[in-house]
Amino acid sequence: MSESVITFDNVSKYYPLYHHLTGGFKHFLFNFPQWIRTLKHSRFNALCNISFEVSKGESFGIIGRNGAGKSTTLGLIAGVLNPSQGKVAVSGRISPLLELGAGFHPELTGRENIILNGVLMGLLRVEVMRKINEIIAFSELGDFIDQPIRMYSSGMLARLGFSVVAHLDPEILLIDEILAVGDIEFQKKCVDKLMDFKKKGITMVFVSHSLDSVKMICDRTLWIENHVVKMLGSTEEVVGDYAKSYAV
Amino acid sequence: MNRKVRHYIDLVIVLTQKELKLRYKNSFFGYLWSVGQPLAFAFVFFISFKIVMKVQVEDYTVFIISGLFPWQWFSNSVNASPMVFLGNASIIKKVSFPRNLLPLSQVIQDMIHFFFAIPVIVIFLFVYHKTPSLSWLYGIPLLLFIQFLMTYGICLIVSSVNLFFRDLERLTELMVTLLFYFTPILYPETMVPEKYRTILHCNPLAPLMISWRDLFLKGTLHPFYLFTSFVYAGFTVALGYWVYRKLSMRFAEVL
Ligand SMILES: Nc1ncnc2c1ncn2[C@@H]1O[C@H](COP(=O)(O)OP(=O)(O)O)[C@@H](O)[C@H]1O
Ligand SMILES: [Mg+2]
Repeated sequence: MSESVITFDNVSKYYPLYHHLTGGFKHFLFNFPQWIRTLKHSRFNALCNISFEVSKGESFGIIGRNGAGKSTTLGLIAGVLNPSQGKVAVSGRISPLLELGAGFHPELTGRENIILNGVLMGLLRVEVMRKINEIIAFSELGDFIDQPIRMYSSGMLARLGFSVVAHLDPEILLIDEILAVGDIEFQKKCVDKLMDFKKKGITMVFVSHSLDSVKMICDRTLWIENHVVKMLGSTEEVVGDYAKSYAV
Repeated sequence: MNRKVRHYIDLVIVLTQKELKLRYKNSFFGYLWSVGQPLAFAFVFFISFKIVMKVQVEDYTVFIISGLFPWQWFSNSVNASPMVFLGNASIIKKVSFPRNLLPLSQVIQDMIHFFFAIPVIVIFLFVYHKTPSLSWLYGIPLLLFIQFLMTYGICLIVSSVNLFFRDLERLTELMVTLLFYFTPILYPETMVPEKYRTILHCNPLAPLMISWRDLFLKGTLHPFYLFTSFVYAGFTVALGYWVYRKLSMRFAEVL
């Protein structure tokens, strides 16, 4: 097996439940002892002792029910979150974006959002400018590109978001539930593009509820259930068992 | 230039552009606002303090304007800072990039507005038969730098802490307003009675605002005020960065 670019070693993640903090500064001042007590005791265990490795050039799927901890795992890989316990090691230039359209602003036009989003994803402005016509063509949004994106349907937003991702050049690509929206035709275009990435040897971590696309794209798959690893292995086996467990 | 630095610069540029587009639809209105607001205040202060209260300060209009403009930069940035991280929740949760670039763009944006408002101060100087001085050439960049550090430091603290205590917005606004009256902008520091001068020197904004006014009105910089403002600014930005570093690891969790 080739070198591993992502390593999770017994990783746990607790979310502190900060709702008492959103009570604000006044609450903090006037209920200090209680504030300290809740700080210690209220935390939510989102991931428990997760271990896995992703090797270079591999396409790695993550499946599981809502709230299982998939996005948290991606957040840990991207470095947006820090592990509470255990070690996360990542090597290589990573696409810093987890979700399509993160950072999109409804009042900006499609074009303006491409520039903002492209730079947030690690491109230089000149690079975005060089690719912008290609990106717009890929999105097939036509004249809508100069409209504020609050006028877009969710499918159009997905198009815009994926079009930027399709023109990135990362070593590791993280993708969180992007194929959920958009019409069949565009979904196919996305899958084709991801297959392209795969051929180029880009490492991908792919979270999806679409088992078909996971089967098509991923070499190995991790199934997270109730915040722990339920199964890790070849996509065929894992997706098979996963589908079976929910068939009834 | 190395790619990382170029990318950070580009991030600041697009984030600043975004704010400008959202706040003003176009940057010209942003500019008008940044000039119009302090002028409106100057007008009201002139009426209340010069005409009604009859304070004995020469050229009172240009006197307050030379302090109000830089203050406007400070107060705009600090008052905006509670929302700097909170208003960009989706970016912070989903994209990994140095988050301090957000408050940085905020401060830079207000700094640019202030910079382009300086010609308005010049117009008022001419009205009062004064002229810009050559010392502005080094004085303005120097004070811009000091105020930039000062403002950025405070913005880092307020924006970071506000993620954990979500009610800082009003408190911040109140503090900025109170600080305004404690800072010699409407009155010269020499009018402050001797025994209260030390209190004046405890205000980190006072030496900076005095320096701006001296520079605009007389073309001079008092070494003592310059030095203390620099020390305050350095301390503030160090503290701000420390607070930010301590808390930034948790940003994505609490948003
Ligand atoms: N910022 C947060 N604060 C507290 N709990 C969170 C936070 N983000 C996610 N969680 C919780 O952690 C669990 C895992 O979330 P997530 O990783 O988003 O699940 P998935 O992507 O698999 O649907 C969920 O139960 C969710 O409620
Ligand atoms: Mg999720």
